[in-house]
Amino acid sequence: MNYELLTQLLVNGVIVGTLYGVVAMCFVLIYKSTQIVNFAQGEFLLIGAWTCWALLVKFELPFYLGFPITLVFMVIFGIVLQMVVLRPMIGEPIISVIMVTIGLSMFFQSLMSWMFGGYAKSFPKVFETESIQILGLQVQTAYIMSLVSSVVIMIAFYYFFKHSKMGLAMRATAFDQQVAQSLGISVKRVFAASWAISALVSAMAGVVVGMVNGVSSALSFFGIKVFPVVILGGLDSIIGAIVGGLIIGVLENLAEFFDSQWLHLGNMYTIAPFYALVIILMIKPYGLFGTKDIERI
Amino acid sequence: MASAHSRMKCGEFRTNYQQDTTIFPTPLARRVAVLSVIFLLVAPSFLNPYFLNLGIQIGYYGIAALGLNIVVGFTGQISLGHAAFFGFGAFASAWLNNTTGIPVFFCIPLAGTMTMALGLIVGIPAGRIKGLYLAIATLASQYILEDFFSRADWFTGGAYGAMANPFSIFGFEFNNDQRYFYVVLFYVVIMFLFGTNLLRSRDGRAFVAVRDHYLSAEIMGINLTKYRILSFGISSFYAGIGGALFGHYLGFVSAEGFTIMLSIQFLGMVIIGGLGSVMGSLMGTAFMVLLPELMEAGVGLVGHNAPGLTHALAYIKEMSIGLAIILFLIFEPDGLAHRWKMIKAYWKLYPFSY
Repeated sequence: MNYELLTQLLVNGVIVGTLYGVVAMCFVLIYKSTQIVNFAQGEFLLIGAWTCWALLVKFELPFYLGFPITLVFMVIFGIVLQMVVLRPMIGEPIISVIMVTIGLSMFFQSLMSWMFGGYAKSFPKVFETESIQILGLQVQTAYIMSLVSSVVIMIAFYYFFKHSKMGLAMRATAFDQQVAQSLGISVKRVFAASWAISALVSAMAGVVVGMVNGVSSALSFFGIKVFPVVILGGLDSIIGAIVGGLIIGVLENLAEFFDSQWLHLGNMYTIAPFYALVIILMIKPYGLFGTKDIERI
Repeated sequence: MASAHSRMKCGEFRTNYQQDTTIFPTPLARRVAVLSVIFLLVAPSFLNPYFLNLGIQIGYYGIAALGLNIVVGFTGQISLGHAAFFGFGAFASAWLNNTTGIPVFFCIPLAGTMTMALGLIVGIPAGRIKGLYLAIATLASQYILEDFFSRADWFTGGAYGAMANPFSIFGFEFNNDQRYFYVVLFYVVIMFLFGTNLLRSRDGRAFVAVRDHYLSAEIMGINLTKYRILSFGISSFYAGIGGALFGHYLGFVSAEGFTIMLSIQFLGMVIIGGLGSVMGSLMGTAFMVLLPELMEAGVGLVGHNAPGLTHALAYIKEMSIGLAIILFLIFEPDGLAHRWKMIKAYWKLYPFSY
């Protein structure tokens, strides 16, 4: 047994897992406050990363200018998308809502490939040193940055929902729309805000992943990987999203390890989360932290 | 008025069960259906190969789309893994024919049955979960099956794909578009008649009851688990038949053709055609098959002025499909079948359309 490889993969799992956690949080945020399942979450990462890439490489802006512009763009993008496409869908059956976001995902994915080409493109170098030595392990600097920024985003989320007015309004809306409305919360604005925040944070994650692996349409696969994560954690739990992200991230790297050591099936890295997903759905469909909805006639 | 019966009415004027369960609402509709089948029977002799090819595509995709409509439109379950079943049908038929030597004629229905068995297994979660959770479960099964196709060398030929022999009866090979058109037409007529009749039966009504209000349906003695899984099984049977026809038409089945993209296209066909409408499935399929062709023609027209467009044709096709799904859901959520009904009602009531 190769312990060095195992620890390396476990560290990778934790780092990728926190990124899954961040993307899953954005997904849960939208689901919780607007009851919409966003199949286009991965495209938010994609659009954010490409926008930032275009600003840095095509317009040659420095990072400290290009990155904030990307974020502002994504906020506007999220709000406009919610107003134009998702607002007419309120009250429609679940299949229509799912299909609209799938349609969006298809549209933006091909639009991005058209505009920027199908091949991966790398960001300009942000760090001087490629990798550093931690406890005898070789870790890429970009990975450390991704881990740090994920944790920062998670803490920011916590403060936003616990201590800001908008965050409280969003939690109230998620809890009970009618009561929130009667207390003077603008539900429309909350819906727009949740899409804006989700787009913004996803774009951050997209830029981080883009710096590590390069920007390509493979980024949108994060939007699919998010499903095992949120099902494991519970569809409406932010904590669940983080825990689920870590577990799935570690799980897929473990699957990779076992596959390379004994099984030799190949491709387990991609497929293992989906097997996990089916098993979870059969045993505990509401996930670890999700609320079980009880239906009454 | 004797002629009143022969005309389409604008509302629901049915007064007894017999009227409610007719296949064709009016004699005129029946005559149109029979005439269009007769037209299609003679069509291969004068249509050019391009249109024949499109017709065949609409045929096999239409069969699979009807299957998806049974599970999504009639039973109210969501399936994001239809393309995997379609692919399984194609591989199953080719595999049966290549390994056991059973004639293709029998392989197609057998492949449908095999796919149905698979659908019944994959449908087991459908008995327990519904709505969004089911959508995600079927998404997982799509990826798992796709992975299976790429690694099961004995079944699919793995990365190399599988060869499929042409359809033949008593040594007469249906190896070109003109001949194969009849095979597809035969299956389309059979499968669509079966689909329409299914909805007139007890099982079909049970599906609709499960969709409309599953708790009430259960109270009225409908076994929810049984009917949810059954609808998955029937829909997979359709997908298997469609896939088998696809495989024997192309003569070669590759594991890369049955991605989530195709599943989305199937859902698009069903939604654009109209959820819960048998003929709508065919209309939606025709729309979905013709849309990329229209895009290609459109790009061809302006292509010499904007060479960038010609290179991006694949992306433009995909974008147009995504956009069509979004626009239909926002502006015409009941699909083409509903729009067609409205057009008929408009002419019936003209000029007093209020």
